[in-house]
Amino acid sequence: MGSPVDHDSPSRLVACHECDLLARVPALPPGGVARCPRCNGILARAPAKSFERTAALGFAALTLLVVSNLFPFLTLDISGTLSDMTIIQGARTLWDGDYKLLAGLVFGTTVLAPLAHIVLLLWIVVPLWMNRIPWAGRKVLRWLDVIRPWSMAEVFMLGVLVSMVKLADLADIIPGIALWSFVALIPVLTASLVTLDNDLAWRRIAPEIPVP
Amino acid sequence: MSVQTAMEANLAMCHDCGLLVHLPHGDDHDDDHPDGACPRCGSHLHMRKPYSLQRTWALVIGAFILFLPANLLPIMKVTTLGRGEASTIMEGVMHLLHGGMWPLALVVFVASIFVPLMKMIAIVYLLVSVQRGSAWRPGERTRMYRLTEILGRWSMVDIYVVTILAALVHAGALAQVDAEPGAIFFGATVVVTMIAAESFDPRLIWDRCGVKHG
Repeated sequence: MGSPVDHDSPSRLVACHECDLLARVPALPPGGVARCPRCNGILARAPAKSFERTAALGFAALTLLVVSNLFPFLTLDISGTLSDMTIIQGARTLWDGDYKLLAGLVFGTTVLAPLAHIVLLLWIVVPLWMNRIPWAGRKVLRWLDVIRPWSMAEVFMLGVLVSMVKLADLADIIPGIALWSFVALIPVLTASLVTLDNDLAWRRIAPEIPVP
Repeated sequence: MSVQTAMEANLAMCHDCGLLVHLPHGDDHDDDHPDGACPRCGSHLHMRKPYSLQRTWALVIGAFILFLPANLLPIMKVTTLGRGEASTIMEGVMHLLHGGMWPLALVVFVASIFVPLMKMIAIVYLLVSVQRGSAWRPGERTRMYRLTEILGRWSMVDIYVVTILAALVHAGALAQVDAEPGAIFFGATVVVTMIAAESFDPRLIWDRCGVKHG
């Protein structure tokens, strides 16, 4: 056990992230998943056509995110007086109300983190898809892992639903283009995570390192 | 094949890129000086997350302390027709309940009160069970940890509701919504519990019970 073998070898030794069990992962078929025999955590996944699909989803997500931020999210009609908001205005209101930390948290989790997540993802998968090595790929792949938990588009969407119901008896609410685009963004973002083959990306970016 | 953990084989998996690396120094997991850098991605390597129990304890206690003002102070103020009314999270839930919107009241209650509280209790339980060397149901405890990690983010819902209402409803005396200090503490609770869950190392659950569960 533990002797390094050629990195092209499809079977490899891994330690389970959850319980640290050493296990040899066999060659996985496209779309295959290997689970830990002890704790059932995921040991390895091999999504089919990973880079091509992730790139497509990444571009779709980028388009949807831009639309979500440029157009009004919700419009409120209080007896004829209209007021609307974009996502960024939400954070802006908190900032102006002197809740700067909170504004930063909201801006970071709903705009900055999703944007950084999508851009870094494309940075990695587009060159790999074209059989090139992404520039600074090691740093970018590491950052992707750091950013991921802070991208909270789906939680924001639940907040939107709760707000809409709360406002329902106060005023008429008109959902904007941004809202629909945001609704579409959530499954696209989730799918882009599922299609990314992290192991394969690492093996391509650092081919000189032997994989045990 | 003999069942063995990576630590027993002096191997550590890089947290960032997943490469399995041989560490000649072996078991150094409570040492803040890392065993070196990953040859592939350059991040620090360690057998177990450094000071995992201490850091997680500190963060979870901090989260408990922040959770009190988060619930006792109002998180937003609603002004209608010149009359302002500040409400805490629980008052918001009760308001929804009295308005007949019980499914929504349930969503807000679960996301804002139940999930953060359960998350903190779960982390404390995991810490205590690891420190007592418990070998009881490691699989279930690992699943509990995974659930804690996944659910934590949903607590941000109330922060977003305050944000959206404050941005939308600003018609002055007619109708106005403002954020209140409780929201800051609540946001801080969510962030601190997320970091607490991240600093806990689930492999510690299994270290204490050998490898016979394979």
